[in-house]
Amino acid sequence: MTSPLEQKKIKITGPSVVTANRTWDGIVVYRTPEQGWSAKLADAAIVRTSDDARALLAESVADDVGAIGAYIAPVEVRDGGAIEPGNLREQIRSAGLTIGLPVQA
Amino acid sequence: MPLVKNGKISDDAFVHVVDDAPLPPDGAILISAARFLEDPEAISRRLGKTGVVWPNNRDVDDLVPYLDRLAAVALVFPTFRDGRAYSQARLLRERFLYHGELRATGQVLRDQFVFMLRAGFDAFEVRKQADAEVFAQTAKRYSVFYQPTGDGRVTALNRRMQLRHSESAGL
Amino acid sequence: MYAYDELDRTLINERVSEFRDQVKRRLSGELTEDEFKMLRLQNGVYLQLHAYMFRVAIPYGTLSSRQLRQLAHVARRYDRGYGHFTTRQNIQFNWIKLAELPDALADLAEVGIHAMQTSGNNTRNVTSDQWAGVAPGEIEDPRIWSEILRQYTTLHPEFSFLPRKFKFAITASAHDRAAIKIHDIGLRLHKNAQGETGFEVMVGGGLGRTPFIAKTIRTFVHGSDLLSYVEAIMRVYNQYGRRDNIYKARIKILVHELGIERFAQEVEEEWQQIRDGALKLDDSVVEEIRSRFTYPAYEKLAHMPDELRKAAHDPHFEAWRRNSVFPHKVTGYAIVTLSLKPVGGPPGDATADQMDALADLADKYSFGEIRVGHEQNLALPHVARRDLPALWKALDKIGLATPNVNLVSDIIACPGLDYCSLANARSIPIAQELTRRFSNHDTANLIGRLHINISGCINACGHHHVGHIGILGVEKNGEEFYQITIGGRADENAQLGSLVGPAVPYAEVADVIEDIVEAYLALRASPDELFVDSVKRLGVEPFRERVYATR
Repeated sequence: MTSPLEQKKIKITGPSVVTANRTWDGIVVYRTPEQGWSAKLADAAIVRTSDDARALLAESVADDVGAIGAYIAPVEVRDGGAIEPGNLREQIRSAGLTIGLPVQA
Repeated sequence: MPLVKNGKISDDAFVHVVDDAPLPPDGAILISAARFLEDPEAISRRLGKTGVVWPNNRDVDDLVPYLDRLAAVALVFPTFRDGRAYSQARLLRERFLYHGELRATGQVLRDQFVFMLRAGFDAFEVRKQADAEVFAQTAKRYSVFYQPTGDGRVTALNRRMQLRHSESAGL
Repeated sequence: MYAYDELDRTLINERVSEFRDQVKRRLSGELTEDEFKMLRLQNGVYLQLHAYMFRVAIPYGTLSSRQLRQLAHVARRYDRGYGHFTTRQNIQFNWIKLAELPDALADLAEVGIHAMQTSGNNTRNVTSDQWAGVAPGEIEDPRIWSEILRQYTTLHPEFSFLPRKFKFAITASAHDRAAIKIHDIGLRLHKNAQGETGFEVMVGGGLGRTPFIAKTIRTFVHGSDLLSYVEAIMRVYNQYGRRDNIYKARIKILVHELGIERFAQEVEEEWQQIRDGALKLDDSVVEEIRSRFTYPAYEKLAHMPDELRKAAHDPHFEAWRRNSVFPHKVTGYAIVTLSLKPVGGPPGDATADQMDALADLADKYSFGEIRVGHEQNLALPHVARRDLPALWKALDKIGLATPNVNLVSDIIACPGLDYCSLANARSIPIAQELTRRFSNHDTANLIGRLHINISGCINACGHHHVGHIGILGVEKNGEEFYQITIGGRADENAQLGSLVGPAVPYAEVADVIEDIVEAYLALRASPDELFVDSVKRLGVEPFRERVYATR
């Protein structure tokens, strides 16, 4: 995985969010415009310039009691404003496994 | 940065002297390996104890000829994840029978105290005040040790063998 | 079974209490993630895509029924009701909360199970033959030495911050079931000309992005010198292993860069300094460890009891017996392998309910003992042959009687991109599709022994390099692609596979594998020639031609 430090050199090419895992339980979270974390991608702060992305990441990394492993991830913004993950990895993080759990429901 | 010695926070008798600074005429000093090796004789002649900060990527063999004139050897943990100084510490203590102060420097954190003690360190430049304050409790966190090292702690195997002997002797 | 004594239990409890304090300091912010990460890793806690993953050690693959029940309890109470058995005799839980981990560890400690050093740059769980102590023809039970090594490596004051992870595996059989040649140190027990027991020591094996088969550093190290010799190797590695580049930090790179002769010489010099020191194992010490392994009170039983004769009329039972039942050192008993590779299932997963049910079956039929193997399957090591029909029925009910052990659908796979933050591509759905394609038992039998190994990235947790067929997930322009190798093997003749053609997209992998198998059926010299032997005889080219000519 690209470390946040290396990622600082990367320029974003489209709408992006900052995502991480919540420290106490590990679940996937997204940085919100209110400088908090949310489990819903819909709540994520969207950044569109590299400077904004770097600033959002810096603020997120600073909160490592809240969440860990923060990094910038691409998203797609649909007509009407719905946010969707920008690649398969983020799709899996957002929507869960692509396979069924082995437990009998 | 607090120094822990003899299990508690103590005043540091040694002064770290950086390479281009003049040596004080007396008093205990800690200097770099490079500076020491430039002229060990001259440094040993000055009044006051000498300690050397030995880097973790240089064989301690090079220091061995001078051990008897050193009052302290400081080994370095550039990060706590770099464990080379544990080997150096054991070699100095167990193979070369160095009895002076063996100091841990660098990123010295609470969670490595037990390992360091077992490897032979007896002085610690602790990064965080809070860690230094709980040194004594932390050092007692473990009571069972599997490996024999020079620290003299009895290993689990030895304790078991002793138990066996006392059992078979009907005690 | 090895019985933990008060000292072992005390140490595990002390470790749990230490970790509880560390987690508390982490959650309060007293420890940063940078400081905490290595501490959590040393207690088996990773961060995956969706959550923390918790890896628990099953030293040398031996579990009691009580321990298995406790694993089921942890799966249910702290996770989502299942666990995943890995290629290194560990079990992983995928959804655990950091805040609850100390409690989970405390529950496991009650039954002598821990997660110490299942990750991190230290010595990992010492693995061994899953048939240790019951396989016919063994030199001696390798678990005695595995346990000596387990104790020696646990919380080692000098080697807990090595350049990189460090793995031991040990076997005492002619056929290597522990994949020792792809370990940092592989140990093969054997006897020298004087009849003394000792080890061939191999060093520098490993997969990942620079795979190497281990090289023999010494053909015979006496048992009494094992620990001092190992310490010499580790000390050389700790001081001289590379720390500037994570991908070049394993001992295999040091061995490769120095050359095995030069490396061996460094080790020899170090060893001569310490071999007669405190690490010398005298016979009474080895005896002490040996005495705490207990073996079942086997009965005198017939090799061919009536129950077995009668059941032979049932073709389903016979298919399972021929596939999954293996010879035991004691007449009248058998080793039963339980496939964790059901058709359409994720390889290596077991539910809490299956674990509980299996624990009961182990009590009833296997003296309360279960084994975990390198191929992500389980085994019952002491089953009376007369009980096989009853056991089979019971296993079938809980989905643990799929007769595909060592066959094409007995796939090793890492968790892949469904779970893992390092992965480039998914592994599990590929494995699931392949088990469906090869679900016909007769076809699978016709194909014979064939190991497919799948890794979702170059780190090679699915051991793709040493699969008879290896599948490696890569990423190309944001899409999942898979490189396919053939001819690898992980046993005593360990070998790395060779690339058979260009990487193929996700949707085509199963087709390509089917074509490779078809090619093998057409090319093999006789039905007895295994896939991997055909590849050895013919090379990759005929397979490439047949599989890629029309693509």
